[in-house]
Order: sequence, then C-alpha cells, then structure tokens
Amino acid sequence: MASNGIKDRVAIVGMGCTPFGEHWDKGADDLLVDAATEAYKSAGVAPDDVDAYWLGTMGSGVSGLMLSEALKLPYKPVTRLENMCATGSEAMRNAAYAVASGAYDLVMAIGVEKLKDSGFSGLTGSRPPSDGTDPSMTAPATFSLLAPAYAKKYGVDEATLKQVLARIAWKNHKNGAKNPKAQFRKEVAMDKICASPSVAGMLGIFDCSGVSDGSAAAILCRAEDAHRYSKHPIYLKALSFAAGPAEGFFSQDYDFTSFPEVVASSRDAYKQAGVTDPREQISMAEVHDCFTPTELVLMEDMGFSPRGQAWKDEQEGRFDLEGAQPVNPDGGLKSFGHPIGASGLRMMYEMWLQLRGEAGARQIKSPKLGLTHNLGGAPGRCVSFVSIVGNSLG
Amino acid sequence: MAGITRYGSYLPYNRLQRAAIGAGKGERTVASYDEDSVSMGVEAARDAVRGAPGIDTLIFATTSPPYAEKLNAATVAAALDLPRTLRSLELGASTRMGIGALLAGADAAAGGGRALVVASDVVIGAPGGGRESGSGDGAVAFVTGPDSEAIARVVGRASATAEILDVWRLPSDPFAKQWEERFGAETLGPIVLDTATRALKDAGVGPADLKTVILDGTNARAMAVVPEALRLKPEQLADPLLGSVGRTGAAHAGLLLARALDSSNAGDRILIVVGGDGCDALVLEVTGKLAAARPAHSVDRWLGSKRNDLPYNTYLKWRGILPFEPPRRPEPERPAAPPMQRAGHWKHAFFGSRCESCGTGHLPPQRVCVKCAAVDQMREERFADTSCKVATYTLDHLAYTLQPPVVAAIVDYDGGGRLSCELTDVDPKSVKIGNELEMTFRRLYTGQGVHNYFWKARPKR
Repeated sequence: MASNGIKDRVAIVGMGCTPFGEHWDKGADDLLVDAATEAYKSAGVAPDDVDAYWLGTMGSGVSGLMLSEALKLPYKPVTRLENMCATGSEAMRNAAYAVASGAYDLVMAIGVEKLKDSGFSGLTGSRPPSDGTDPSMTAPATFSLLAPAYAKKYGVDEATLKQVLARIAWKNHKNGAKNPKAQFRKEVAMDKICASPSVAGMLGIFDCSGVSDGSAAAILCRAEDAHRYSKHPIYLKALSFAAGPAEGFFSQDYDFTSFPEVVASSRDAYKQAGVTDPREQISMAEVHDCFTPTELVLMEDMGFSPRGQAWKDEQEGRFDLEGAQPVNPDGGLKSFGHPIGASGLRMMYEMWLQLRGEAGARQIKSPKLGLTHNLGGAPGRCVSFVSIVGNSLG
Repeated sequence: MAGITRYGSYLPYNRLQRAAIGAGKGERTVASYDEDSVSMGVEAARDAVRGAPGIDTLIFATTSPPYAEKLNAATVAAALDLPRTLRSLELGASTRMGIGALLAGADAAAGGGRALVVASDVVIGAPGGGRESGSGDGAVAFVTGPDSEAIARVVGRASATAEILDVWRLPSDPFAKQWEERFGAETLGPIVLDTATRALKDAGVGPADLKTVILDGTNARAMAVVPEALRLKPEQLADPLLGSVGRTGAAHAGLLLARALDSSNAGDRILIVVGGDGCDALVLEVTGKLAAARPAHSVDRWLGSKRNDLPYNTYLKWRGILPFEPPRRPEPERPAAPPMQRAGHWKHAFFGSRCESCGTGHLPPQRVCVKCAAVDQMREERFADTSCKVATYTLDHLAYTLQPPVVAAIVDYDGGGRLSCELTDVDPKSVKIGNELEMTFRRLYTGQGVHNYFWKARPKR
C-alpha cells in the first residue's frame, strides 16, 4: 500500500490555452479545437502523433466522443472524466500515469467548459434523481463559512479579515490585468472591492470567482523522450489526489478553518516530490481561489503559512507577484475565470510559461518548483488535487 | 362513550397586519412559503401524539389539500412515524369537517380504537375581500380514546346536513364565493340553533351549565343566533381570535377548543357548534386528567411567538396570487419516487442513524460510520425532537428564496450529529452561533408538480 509517485518520469512538452471569458461565438467544440491546435503546435507535433486523450468536462458534454468528433480523431482512445472543479487536473493526472506506464508514448490532457450557454447565473449542475433532502447551500454560502470561523479561531477582528480578503481579490485582479488571456483584465481598487454588495456572509461580488468559458490542453510524454519535442520541457514531480469522507458534514469537530483533503493531498505531493519545507521550496503556486477566504485557508493547509498566520502573510504581500512566494500569478480563478473542466490545465499553463521564462509582464524571477492545486465541493466535503512541477530533473 | 385524550395546536410564525391591506385593525396568521395544510397539521399533531401510544386511525380534515388526488393523510402519517397498519381517512369540502373529523374520531374511540384527528387549513381569499382579511392559517390535532383516559369526554352530540348555497368554490377556482350573507343566516341560523339545542338535550346539560361555548361557521350571522336564543352570558363565549388569528378554516373550531382546554378545569362543560352546509354540535366535559396532559405549546404560546412585518406583496407571492419575476435559476426538479421511498424514514420522519460501535450520530443515516468506519453497525434514531443549535451560519443574498436572505446554517444536535440546514421562521438579524433550534416539518418546494417535503430548523418557539 503506497502512493509512490512518478517523480521526474513524465514531462509536459506542449501546452495550449484559449482566452477565458464569455465566448458567445464559440461552442465547446470550437474551444477544444482551439486549445488542442495550440498544444499540437506548441509541441511541434501533428494530431496523429498523439496516441491517447483524456478529456475533462463537468457538464459540457459526455463521452470521449465529444473530443474525437470535434477533432476528427482517427479511432484513438479518449477518456472523458470529471472530478468536480479538479476535473482538468484529473485529466492530466490520468494521462500522466498512462504515459508513465508505457502503454502510450505521447498523450494529451484537455479540459473544456461552456458555462455561458445555460442562461442561468452561477453554476448549475444536473443531478441524478434524488429524494429531495440534499442540503442546498450555494457555493458562496458554503465557502463564506470559512471567514468568521478563521476570524474567531485566530483572534482576527472581522473588519481586518474583510480587508485581508479584499486584498486577495485585489492581488489577483492586479495579476490578471497583466494577462492577455484572463477574463477580467483591469485592476480593481481596494475600496471598490470592500464596497461591493454582500453575496453571502462577509463575501461580496469581488470575493467570488467569475463564470466563464474556456479550454486548455497539455501534451505529455515520458521524460526520456521530452527532448524530441521541446528544448524546455517541464517535469512532473508530484501528482496527488484526495477524496474526503465528508467528515465535516457529519462531525461536530469540524470547525471550518481547514480542508483536511487539502492537507492530505499536499502532504502526499510533497512526499512524492521530496519537498520538506513548502514555504521555502515552492517558488510559486496556482491555487483554487474560488472565493477569497478559500485562498487564505489554502495557504495554511498547504504549509505556505503557519496556522493562524496566513492573514498576516497576505497583508504583508508575501503572495503578491513581487513577493517571496507568488500565489496565482496569472490572476487565479478570480480574474482568469473558472470554466470548470479547463481550470486545472490553465493553472499548469501558467507554470509552463513561468518555468520557461515566457510569462512576460508576470514573469517571476528564476522559479524552481511550481505547485498547482484544485478543490472541488465544499468545506467539509471535498476533493483536492495537488501537482508539483519543475524545469529540471532531480 | 369516548373522549379526547390528548391535543395540540399550531399557528404559523408570520402575521399580516390588517392595516397593511386597508382592512382595519389586528392581524391574521399567515402560513410561510414553506408551509401547507399537511406541514402545519404535522406540527399540531407532534404535540398531541407525544405520550399517546397505540394510534390506529388518522383522520385528516382540510379544505386546502396540497394534492387533490394523492392521500395527504399518508404524508402526515409518515412525518409522525405512525404504524403501517394505520387506517386513514381524509375529509374536506367544508370547514365544518374539522369537527366532523373529531366526531368521527370519537366514534372510532367508542369502537375501541384510538384516532388522531388533524384539522388544518391555509385559507386564501380574493385580494381586497373580507375572506382574505378575516381568515387565518393554522392547525389543530386531537387524539381520541376511551372515557377512562379522556381529558374531555363527549357527553352529547347532534348533527344536521342541509343543501344550501352559502359558501362555494370549484376545484379550479382559487377563491371561494359566498351568497348574500343574510340569506345564509336566514336558512342556516335555525338549523344551527336546532342542532345546538339537540346536542344539549343529548348531554342533559342546560345553557347555564356551560363554561365555554365555541361558535364557528361559514356564516357569522347564522352562528350569532345561538347566544341570543340560549341566553348566553358574554363570559361564556370563547374569543373567536378574529383579531389576532382570523378564521382558520377547518381548523378553527378545534383551535378554539384547544385554547379552551389550555385553561379549563375538571368539571367544565364545553359546547362546540360548527355551522356550514348543516351543523355539527358536541358537548364535552373536562376531567381531572387534563392538567397532566396539556401539550408543550398552548395556543397563546404560538400566538405570542411571531413576526408581524410581512409586506402584503410578499403575502401575495407566497400564496401564488401574484405572478412575479423568477430568478435566473433552473426550476427545481421533482424528487424521484424510488429514492424517496428508500429514504422515507429520513425524509419524512427525520430518522438518522447512530453507530453502535462508537456512538457517533449520523444525519442522514449512513451504512459506514464516519468516525470508526464500521459497516452496517448502525441503529435508527429519530432526531425530530432532539435539541439542536447553530454551529455556524451565513446569510445568502444570492440564493433564490421567497423570503430573502436565506439563512443557511450548520446545525449540531445534542448527543452528536450535524446537518447543513436552512433556517425558517427566523429574523436573519437575530441569528447567532449557539442559538437553540428545533426541527420543523416543511414543504421545501414543488418541483414539476411534485411536492417536496422535508425538515428545516427554526429558533425555538
């Protein structure tokens, strides 16, 4: 029984990412074609060179047929998968294991979501027939519970915490303003963020990530083959996943100041990658900032900040683009947008750019290890994915 | 002979001020957007069935059935966890059937059974009319049993049935109509008086012997002949609660009886006369058993627990009288029959499970213990009456609701167990961590023509 990892055995040799936003003029198939084409080009390969595909989408299509029909694939294997908001990352994780196993030589992980076709505001999921008793708390409501719990546990007064949350939104919008592919590309002033009407609890509009369409793709191969496709591949050091037992939904001990699933998946990822001090060794991270208090708690769950200190680290700018440990340098879910199936791969796309020195105005100086993280579900009942990547072996 | 062995009542939390609709003084009770005659009936019955074993019959009376064809009484029975072998009857079409149901319950008891009688109504009147401002929403419940256990014995009764066009409503009409009230008074009045007189004779009791007289009917003028004809004193007449509740349809006479029992003493005699398409009258004699059998909530306790700032347009939306802009959200899906059947004990009667291996409570019930991972070591446990409190909460301004904002809470139960739950009958400004709560049976929504019942939590009333 073990989670052995496949450190340094798989490389990403090409990536593509569409702009995220309200693409009224593009369907899911258009977005898939765009992202895939960019990824093939990035790896310098023809479509026929890719042996197998993993397609991530939560609600924009079913079956691998969705991809094979759009791309006119000649009878290649296509797995369609879903793991809530970790769907895109999950596509990559499974594609990586397939290529590491030797079953295939060159694979693609691609994620897509078309949230703007429904006409409804917010996420709408279709569920199997039910008995009508499922708790129906909205996503903003569930994540809003993190804020007062954090404030109470660590003795932070709520006005200060509100400022910290606003600063997280401000930081991510500031980063997004430097990103031509982000949905929202304007800086937003702190007082505008603080003045926005309440959505749930302490959270206003600017504390919530937006709803958008988009697609992103990665081409992977075994590390020893990477040189055939790219002079600057990036290497997967860790891939971890934790699906929780929903203990927080049943147990009175859960206090809404942590995600045990994130703690478990990040510990596993650090072990796989040989990271012993994440605060010092993780150069940059893309984390699941579906809501501002989520990012705050994630900093502690992932060991970037000691328990009860993340609010200070945020205030001091540690996680700013120019800070000691930039978090969400591409704008995060907050300003890049969150098309569910694509988000995990979009995060990896930023790590790809940063590790290859291609991040332009957002370039972080000499990053060594990057981390991507996705969370799906709600505090107390969720799944968590963590990956660690670097641009050199060892 | 037979009598009443237990009782309970229920008045909803919200009130509509008559001033808000230009209808004078006082207020009327208003069922919340998540209540109906079934959910209110369950609330009244919960107090009545505590400590009342062996119920073998359920009689449910309402003129506002949630389903026109599907036994609403079955939902009431499921929520109260009544036995599978229960006999059930459902009465309607006249507000007189509330007391009709009580008499039928007495008949069942006289035959050796024990009946739970539930009368409940959500009364809707056309905007601007007397029925709207003069009515109220509410429920009442009685358990009947043998004389030897009775808190009030039935000592006399009489009935009459008469075809009179007084109040009427087609199934497809939202609002009832009434013929000129003077006509109804002229034809129904004598029938009511005759029936009341026969009931008193049957009981061997004279008007002067009566402690309380309850008069209720579809035609107020018809009922008004009784006090004059029987020479009743003002203090004998039960307050009809028109200024604080309104006439609660099929529940009303029973509600006034419950209120009388809340303050009656052994030996008191009560006359109840209900008019409408005829008349039912009964005489009760209170016994020494009443004092020990009163319900946890008196009618006055429900009366005093209220929120009376309901805007009129909200009332109209709640009752479906006013169409309004829907949210940009999909319509709720109907709950599915097989999952509801499998989850019935949880969904309707609020049974969770407790691990016999480590004692951890689970809501909803589980097969695998979240704490010790034991499989199939669970026993069922009913959490409907378990004290609970707010562990944490949030006010959701985005979620769609007919009473914004949604108060979304994490509720912790004494002895273990936790549930993510919407709070109802609550002022959002007053919610605090640690607030004591109690569970209440509600109709969450209606999806694709199917009512979805479940439980919510509310601050203790």
